[in-house]
Amino acid sequence: MAIQIESPITFTNVGKARWWQRGLFATQTGYVLLALLMLLAIMHFASPYFFTEGNMQNVAKNFSFIAIATLGITFVIITGGIDLSVGSMMCFSAMITSMVMVELSAPGSLFVHLAADGKTVVANVPGLILLVSVLAGLGVALIVGLVNGFCIAVLGLSPFVTTLGMLSIVRGLAYVVSNGRGSFPGGPDADYFYALTSGDVLGVPAPFIYLVILALVMAVVLHHTTFGRHVFALGGNEKAAELTGISVVRVKIEVYVICALAAGLQGIIISGWLGSAPANMATSYELNVIAAAVIGGANLAGGIGGPLGAIVGCVLLEVIRNGLVLAQVNSYWQQTLVGVIIIMAVLVDRIRSRMA
Amino acid sequence: MTSVEATRQPVLELTGIGKEFGAIRALHDVDMQVYPGEVVGLMGDNGAGKSTLVKIIAGNFRPSHGEIRFDGNAVHFHRPIDARAVGIEVVYQDLALADNLTAAANVFLGRELKRNFGPVSLLDHRAMAARALELFGELRSETRPHDLVKQMSGGQRQAVAIARTRLSNAKLVMMDEPTAAISVRQVEQVLSLIHRLKEQGVAVMLISHRMPDVFAVCDRVVVMRRGEKRADKAIHDTSPEEVTALITGAKEAA
Repeated sequence: MAIQIESPITFTNVGKARWWQRGLFATQTGYVLLALLMLLAIMHFASPYFFTEGNMQNVAKNFSFIAIATLGITFVIITGGIDLSVGSMMCFSAMITSMVMVELSAPGSLFVHLAADGKTVVANVPGLILLVSVLAGLGVALIVGLVNGFCIAVLGLSPFVTTLGMLSIVRGLAYVVSNGRGSFPGGPDADYFYALTSGDVLGVPAPFIYLVILALVMAVVLHHTTFGRHVFALGGNEKAAELTGISVVRVKIEVYVICALAAGLQGIIISGWLGSAPANMATSYELNVIAAAVIGGANLAGGIGGPLGAIVGCVLLEVIRNGLVLAQVNSYWQQTLVGVIIIMAVLVDRIRSRMA
Repeated sequence: MTSVEATRQPVLELTGIGKEFGAIRALHDVDMQVYPGEVVGLMGDNGAGKSTLVKIIAGNFRPSHGEIRFDGNAVHFHRPIDARAVGIEVVYQDLALADNLTAAANVFLGRELKRNFGPVSLLDHRAMAARALELFGELRSETRPHDLVKQMSGGQRQAVAIARTRLSNAKLVMMDEPTAAISVRQVEQVLSLIHRLKEQGVAVMLISHRMPDVFAVCDRVVVMRRGEKRADKAIHDTSPEEVTALITGAKEAA
C-alpha cells in the first residue's frame, strides 16, 4: 500500500527542515510542554504530596473544569477571532439546565409521577429529565453561538466588541431568569447528574474523560477534515480563503457555535461539581480560558493552535495553582504568576522565531 | 502566430466590452481574443482599465456592455466561482496563500481530496501531497508539498499559486503583476513557470508594468489607455519604445 512515489523533483538548493525545526518541536506548545514537565519534576522533589493519587485526581479534575471551554475557544482563536462571552455562557447554560431539571421534576409535570406514599417524585423514564435539561442548557448555548457568529460573520462586527456585549447580555439574562439567586439541580435525576459531572470511573474523574474524548475528536477535526483545514486557512489569510471559494461566513459561524457549546457543556459540568449554578458562577473565567489557550500556543493573530496546546496551557495553570498551595505560598500570588507566564510563553516563542 | 489563429478558435473572445461605474467610464468598447497556448501581455498605466478588464473576465464585475465568449460559448459570470467553473483562474498579486499551511494544503485549498471512512470523510493527505509534487515537478519548481508557505521564497510561492491553477486544468490563467515584488533570480523562475503553462496549452494573460518581462515571455502585447484598447500587436512587430509611447499617450494608437 504505502509505496513511496518517485519524486519527480530533485532538490538542489532547497534545504529540508531538520526534525527539531519541524512539528511539535518548532511550536510554542512544545516549549510549554517541556516547561510543564520540568515543573512537574520540580514539584515532585519539592512536595511529597504532589504525586499522590488524591492530589493527581484533584489536579485532573480542576484543570478539566476549564479545559473543555479552552478547546472550544481554541477553534475561535485559530480563525483569528476571540470570544469573551464564555464565562457568562458557562453560568447561563448551567443555570438553564438546573432550572429545567427542577421544573420538569415538579409534581404534575409530564415527566414524573408520585410514588405510592404520595410524596416522593419518581421519574417516568429514568434519565430523560436529565437528557432534556442538558439539551436545554446546550440549546441556549447554541443560540448564543449563532448570534455571536451572525454578528461577526454576516454583519461584520468586531469579535471583541460583539462578544464583550454578549458577555454582559448573557450574564444579565442569568440574573434575570434566576432573579439573582442562582439555581440548584434537583428532582429524581439529580443523582445521575452528579454522577455524570463530578463522579469518577475507576478513579478517573468524569470531566477528565470527557476532556480526553473531546480533545481527540478535535484533533481529528482540525487536521483531517476540510472544516479544520478551512479553520486554519481563515486564520492564515482570510482573503485567500475567500478567493479560493471557502464559505468564510459559514466557517466563522460554526466556530463561534462550537465555542459556545463547549462553554455551555463546561458550565453544566462545573455546576454538578459545585452542586449549584449561582448567578455569579464562572465570572471572569473567560480570562483564564483565553490565558490557558495562549500559554498553550494558540496565536491570537490566528492560524495556530490545537487541542494539545489548550490542555497543556490548562494543566500548567492548575499545576502552578496547586503547587503554590502545597508550597504554602500565599495563594494570592497565583494571578500574578499566571500573568508572568502568559508573557514569558509568548516571549520565548518570539525569541525562537527570531532565531529561526 | 497567424497559423495558430487560423487553425484554432480563441479560448477567450471579448466583443465590445464596456464598463461604467456611475458616471465614470472605466472601459469602452474593448475587443480582444486570446488563443490556447498564447501568452498575452496586458499593459497600461494605473487607471488605464487593466484591472477592471481582468475583474470582468474573472467574474468580479459584470460588464455594462458587450459579450464574453469562452471556448466558443457566450458566458455570463455572476461571481468569481462561475468564471473558475469554466476554466478561468487568477493568480493574484499578493498570491492569496495561507502562510500557516503547507504547499500541498494551499494547492488544494477549497477543493481538498477526501476519503470516506464509513459516515465520515477525512482529508486524503497522501493523495494531495503526491498530486502537488507532480504539479511542482511539471512546473520544475523545487517545492516540497509538506513545507509551510511562510518559509518559502517568492518564486516558490508563485509556483504554489500557479500549481493551484494547474490543478483545476484552467484554460486561461491571468497573472496580476507576478514579478512585481520578487528578486531577479525569482523573476527568471516565474517567467519559466509561464513557459511551462504555455507548453501545456494554457492561455496566459500577464498583467505587468515590467517591460523586460513582457518582452521575454509574451507572444502578443495589448496596451490599454484611458479605458480603451490602443494597441494589440505581436511582440516581434513592436518594441519597448513603442509600447512605452502607447502607454504614456505619446503615441495615440498602433
